[in-house]
Amino acid sequence: MSAGDATLKNMDNILEVKNLTVKFGHEKVIDNLSFKIKRGEFLTIVGPNGSGKTVLLRSLLGLLPASRGEIAWEKNARIGYLPQGLTQLKVKSLPLTVGEFLRLKNINGGKATDLLELVGLDSEDVLGKRIGNLSGGQFQRMLVAWALAGNPDVLLFDEPTAGIDVGGEKTIYDLLYKFWQKKKLTVVLITHDLNIVYKYSTSVLCMSKSNVCQASPKEVLLPEILEGLYGMPIKFYKHNH
Amino acid sequence: MNMTSQFFLSLLSGVFIGGAAGYLGALMLQKRMSLAAGPLGHLAFPGVALALIYGFNMSLGAFPFIILGIFFIWLLEIKTKLPTEALTAIIFASGVAIAFLFLPIEEAEAALVGNITTIGWQEALIIVCLSLAVMAITKIIFPKMMLINVSEDLARTEGVNVKKYNLVYLLLVAVIVALGVKLVGALLTAALVAVPAATARNLSASGRFYAIFSFAFGALAPIIGLVVFAITALPAGILIILASAALFLISIFIRKNYE
Repeated sequence: MSAGDATLKNMDNILEVKNLTVKFGHEKVIDNLSFKIKRGEFLTIVGPNGSGKTVLLRSLLGLLPASRGEIAWEKNARIGYLPQGLTQLKVKSLPLTVGEFLRLKNINGGKATDLLELVGLDSEDVLGKRIGNLSGGQFQRMLVAWALAGNPDVLLFDEPTAGIDVGGEKTIYDLLYKFWQKKKLTVVLITHDLNIVYKYSTSVLCMSKSNVCQASPKEVLLPEILEGLYGMPIKFYKHNH
Repeated sequence: MNMTSQFFLSLLSGVFIGGAAGYLGALMLQKRMSLAAGPLGHLAFPGVALALIYGFNMSLGAFPFIILGIFFIWLLEIKTKLPTEALTAIIFASGVAIAFLFLPIEEAEAALVGNITTIGWQEALIIVCLSLAVMAITKIIFPKMMLINVSEDLARTEGVNVKKYNLVYLLLVAVIVALGVKLVGALLTAALVAVPAATARNLSASGRFYAIFSFAFGALAPIIGLVVFAITALPAGILIILASAALFLISIFIRKNYE
């Protein structure tokens, strides 16, 4: 998919957002937001519930109209998208095999096999398996394969682990990080997990009603910044994995 | 018309309506819309009443009222922001009430349980054509509708025109409910789309089998129902639904066995 009608000012960037305002009725969900993403960046978006993170992602994809402002993607940028709420519970009820699920996105035959192998799944084993019968880890790998279809330059992930059991949630981030390194992708990730922000991201966009900032993880994960962002004291403890 | 050819016509029409309804029902179950066919069937009552009073085809009478009903539900949903189920309840009760205001009660049986067993050649031919059309279009929209069920946003980023697909889908529902009124009456149309798909989901390990089974169980129920009708002379519409329900019950036990 490619979106955006404006043109980039700086060719190192893959996305430039300028003065973006998105309204629901009269309420401004996003108010005059400007930021840039460099090609190859791993950007995490953090902020309290209702701060407009998902709305931002949907606007970037052209799914929501902007009331004002510009969204400029690199010309012909291919975007892979994993929406919020694609948890196993919802997709599990589909009476589909993995192969059929991939085919919904026109991923057929050899392409499907290649993609599944790429994310570390045994395609012979899983292609004919019903989605509901996959393990948590296998399911996440399948979602990453699905997002990687069509060789995207950018991956937009909206809280991919929401609703996924804690034990299994590492897989998706590890894979995402691996492909970011290997394929020189640009990653945009909405997450509540500050450990993920610290461990993986090269840049952080923090969003709240009162302020917006873009900085490095070390600068954002300071207690005073987090308090300003979430409106309450939040301590971040660095885990050494 | 002699009894054999009359039975053949009823069977032919039943198999086609049932099969098409089952197949479309596979989509409706995934969209959690199985029950929607019920209120829409009830909504068809005024049209059915008109058809019975003035002596034209029930499905023909039903169709415009179903379309009108879908439009009203859609409009009220936008205007009032009430949940769809509340709106369908309002619409469906009104439909039934209006119908019985006009319909002489002795004429009501056909409206309640259908009149497939008195069907003529022409009607049967139209039913076969419409059912085939519904099946063909359902097959075309099936993959994209499944993608929309997974995530509407995702479908849109894949370039799927979600509104267009939903509209086509709703029109198919309207056609199948109108035909279903002829087969099992306005009260029971929900079962025609809901039960075969539920049976199929109990038994299928893949999307392909789910779709095929939905169609097959949809087509099988009218065969069983009409055969029992030929023996017992009980109302065919009721027997068809009971046959469908029986198949569902059996599927529960089979499912237990292979899990």
